[in-house]
Amino acid sequence: MIAKSFSKLSLFTAVLALGLGAACSKKAPSDADGKVTIEWWHSMAGHNNKVVDELVAKFNASQDKYKVVATFRGGYDEALNSLVAAFRGGKQPHIAQVYEGGTLQMMQSGATLPVYKLLEDNGYKVDWADYLDPIRSYYWDNNRNLTSMPFNSSTPLMYINLKRLKAAGFTKVPETWEDLIKFLDKDVSLGNKCGLIVSWHTWVLFENFNAIHDRPFATKANGFKGLDAELVYNNPEQIALIKKLAERVKTGAFTYDGRGSDAARNGFISEKCSVMMESTSALKGVIEQAKFEWQPAMLPHEANAKVVKNAIIGGATLWVLKGKPEAEYQAVAAFIDYLAKPEQQVWWHKNTGYMPLSKTAYNQLKAEGYYKENPGHEVAVLQLLRGGAPSDNSMGVRLGMFPQVRDTLMDELEKIFGGKATVEEGLKAAVDRGNQVLRRFEKTVTK
Amino acid sequence: MVEKARGLNFLAYVVLILGILVVGFPIYISFVAASHDVSVFVSGQIPLLPGPHLIENISYAWTHGDLGSQIINSLIIAGGITLGKISISILAAFAITYFDFKFRQTAFWIVFITLMLPVEVRIVPTYQVVADIFSPVNTILGLFGLHMNFSLSLLDSYFGLTVPLIASATATFLFRQFFLTVPDELAEASKIDGASPMTFFRKILFPLSKTNIAALTVITFVFGWNQYLWPLLITTDAKMRPIMVGIKQLIPAPDDPPTWNIAMAGSLVTILPPILVVVLMQRWFIKGLIENEK
Amino acid sequence: MQKKARFESKILPYALIVPQLTIIFLFFLWPAFEAIYASFHLSDAFGLEVKFAGLENFTSLITDRGYLETFGRTAIFSTITATLSMTVGLILATVANRALAFKKITRTLLIWPYAIAPAMAGILWMFLFHPSYGVIGFFVNHVLQLGWNPVLNGKHAMALVIIASSWKNISYNFIFFLAGLQSIPKSVLEAASIDGASPAKRFFSIVLPLISPTFFFLIVMNLVYTFFESFGVIHMTTQGGPGSATTILVYKVYADGFIGQDLGSSSAQSVIMMLLTIVITFVQFRFVEKRVHYSGAGS
Repeated sequence: MIAKSFSKLSLFTAVLALGLGAACSKKAPSDADGKVTIEWWHSMAGHNNKVVDELVAKFNASQDKYKVVATFRGGYDEALNSLVAAFRGGKQPHIAQVYEGGTLQMMQSGATLPVYKLLEDNGYKVDWADYLDPIRSYYWDNNRNLTSMPFNSSTPLMYINLKRLKAAGFTKVPETWEDLIKFLDKDVSLGNKCGLIVSWHTWVLFENFNAIHDRPFATKANGFKGLDAELVYNNPEQIALIKKLAERVKTGAFTYDGRGSDAARNGFISEKCSVMMESTSALKGVIEQAKFEWQPAMLPHEANAKVVKNAIIGGATLWVLKGKPEAEYQAVAAFIDYLAKPEQQVWWHKNTGYMPLSKTAYNQLKAEGYYKENPGHEVAVLQLLRGGAPSDNSMGVRLGMFPQVRDTLMDELEKIFGGKATVEEGLKAAVDRGNQVLRRFEKTVTK
Repeated sequence: MVEKARGLNFLAYVVLILGILVVGFPIYISFVAASHDVSVFVSGQIPLLPGPHLIENISYAWTHGDLGSQIINSLIIAGGITLGKISISILAAFAITYFDFKFRQTAFWIVFITLMLPVEVRIVPTYQVVADIFSPVNTILGLFGLHMNFSLSLLDSYFGLTVPLIASATATFLFRQFFLTVPDELAEASKIDGASPMTFFRKILFPLSKTNIAALTVITFVFGWNQYLWPLLITTDAKMRPIMVGIKQLIPAPDDPPTWNIAMAGSLVTILPPILVVVLMQRWFIKGLIENEK
Repeated sequence: MQKKARFESKILPYALIVPQLTIIFLFFLWPAFEAIYASFHLSDAFGLEVKFAGLENFTSLITDRGYLETFGRTAIFSTITATLSMTVGLILATVANRALAFKKITRTLLIWPYAIAPAMAGILWMFLFHPSYGVIGFFVNHVLQLGWNPVLNGKHAMALVIIASSWKNISYNFIFFLAGLQSIPKSVLEAASIDGASPAKRFFSIVLPLISPTFFFLIVMNLVYTFFESFGVIHMTTQGGPGSATTILVYKVYADGFIGQDLGSSSAQSVIMMLLTIVITFVQFRFVEKRVHYSGAGS
């Protein structure tokens, strides 16, 4: 009777309590050994995951006051989501890795502590000026102070199949778009199905294309100088470039096979495609798996370019979250300082292929003769150093809801490459849609 | 049928066989793909007949994709949802049909409204509730000027994975429909005998409901096993992921060669349990569905 | 509707129904309120900046051509998937009903896809249709020379997603149609055949009307399925692309909310979907109740 139903009810409550208990116990970080423990959420998968674990183990072993616990939280999108949700629930970690597209959002959020201040306040001195300019500029505030800690930075490279190059009668790796296109046309005329394939199209073909030629991607120094920035990347040269590529989809001289990077890597490594434009983070995989002669090179520039600047970076940085107990921030500062040391940068670079962050680290690698055996990596660094100090157009891109802005561009690009829109129409639509997104973001964060 | 038209019968069988082939084709191909070596995909050849590597691929997928612990997660989730859903719904349906209490109609409509709110529609706010289950309480108290700050996150927990999926109108509705067809005499007789409502429930109603319960078990188990979006959103800890989400990790990634053989081997393991449940419990499952048709 | 036989008890019914109502409150009603609340505000990702925005989220959605196109896409996707899936299900049920031998085996062989998750169907069909090493993709590209490319061609991507979604649902429709067909009294059909009606005429003028309740029920169930559960298929295969060609309503809610971190807009979209679902479910409820009376009166 009533007892029966109440017993059912109490069973339910018991299960509820158990569940809650189980849920609770999954979250507490351990500091049983008396060390101050901090949490770091990251998105490094596969091989890099193991390297992160090793890095953390090295830090933990190097001193006995602090302990870092690193957790893999899925890809960048998912990890950012869980960070946001955790923050709203008061469960955020101390350090979180966020991709470069999330920079402005993180800066405007009010949920983070600037890295330079954290280190200063805890008595650590890092020579930030030693950092490679484009890496530093992407994440500095208006006073050139670093808001987040660069961790895994990459830059795009052109990977080229030398066998195909020779077969087409070229002796030098093309340095200009004009030469590259000549090669691609020749290449497919010889029967090859796929000339050029690109990863991260917006980053390579738009952001970097404009940065390298000192043209703005958006006004207000690509968004650095104001939330009211507007997209302007559909300039005549950009339109001309995309036109050339879109015309070649039919012959395969330029092939579009999907967003992201799967298609490009598979295409290049399997020798289906002769040229790939991809991030430096693909270097390791290509070195291991490509069974043909190939060479990494800088992205091509226009033949009549008056100015050739640095490429801009991609990748992610480490952000420090507010809201943790005071004492724990000492541990955070110690860890960040550890990561900032050139030895760590060199070690990280050698194990993952991500760029060394500072000139000191770069020089150290040079002195070791590392680049003699690994010329590809040096190309990437040189591409960042080229052209002197970054201009307003090549510091990076700092826009709100940036992933969405990029998505709208990819959307329109797909229409263009699929023959559903002209280049002018498509890029104008992308700019308009992107601007709508930017205005929404601006409204959201303006008081 | 009425005519013994040979032609029509023959046509019928042909269509049936075609149907079975179309329906079964994808699984056959995945079976074939799962039994080959990865080189077959790299070279771009399409295998149509099985190869020799099935066991090898399955065990690779099992260890590499950590399928074992994911299957356990899926079992816990599917089992938990099934148990929870059926027990809560049958009791609620019992209350709604066999009692007359204040708010009965309201309760019914509240339950019914959930038919109109599938997870995908309320996903972002449900996520927030799961991220901090006390947020509703806090907000309501806040309206009265009481500022508490309890907080409890159910992300990455079995509780968060199962409970939000437990209360749905379908099961309650199904039971309600069924209870309405149970003859009144049974309940009257119980009352005359002086039995309590719960005794009636235990001794008469529950046994009568067995077919429905069986049908619902199949439906709910499959539903729970196949959950994708919800676990995808609320878990970031790989150890908490059910197999439907984990299987995505097996799909060939940028740095790997096209290991579709492994992905397909893993997929076969993933779909086996629900298929077994459906096939083995077919009899009750169909009976249960059809009974409520009438 | 209620039974005439009722139990007198003051506390028991409340105790019985409290668990379900609690969960519904926490995980349905509260999120629904929150969604409605959020849809009237602009908020940043971390929830630290929340501003009242009136109807702005809704107006920007309605004036966004992309969003309106999503409605059209969803309508196309749902209609074609439901039609395809129901037609094949009906055909198979009709012939299975006729097949005198092997009834059990046939039924088993056609039922099991019900157990397959939409996401899994997506994976399977994506693999099948892959232009390089998918059996069907290869066939279409190299043998039929049709230039199959779901990565760039929006129509191809939509076709892929439709096929994967319909396939999965064929068995669900098959079961219900078979049940409906089997409940038609043989006497009615015999009488018609004696009157000289051909099988085709019998089908269209007798069978179809008699299973029309099942029909309506399945139409609505199929539509709801395509509206919501197809998320798994799309997420696995096309992620809404190329060029938004496969972005249906439910996918946009996910993309804007979770990838775009735009809580205001995705909540507004959720509210719109809620209203849409209420209308559809209301229709369903009316038809289901209609059915209940109908069968009761008939038998």
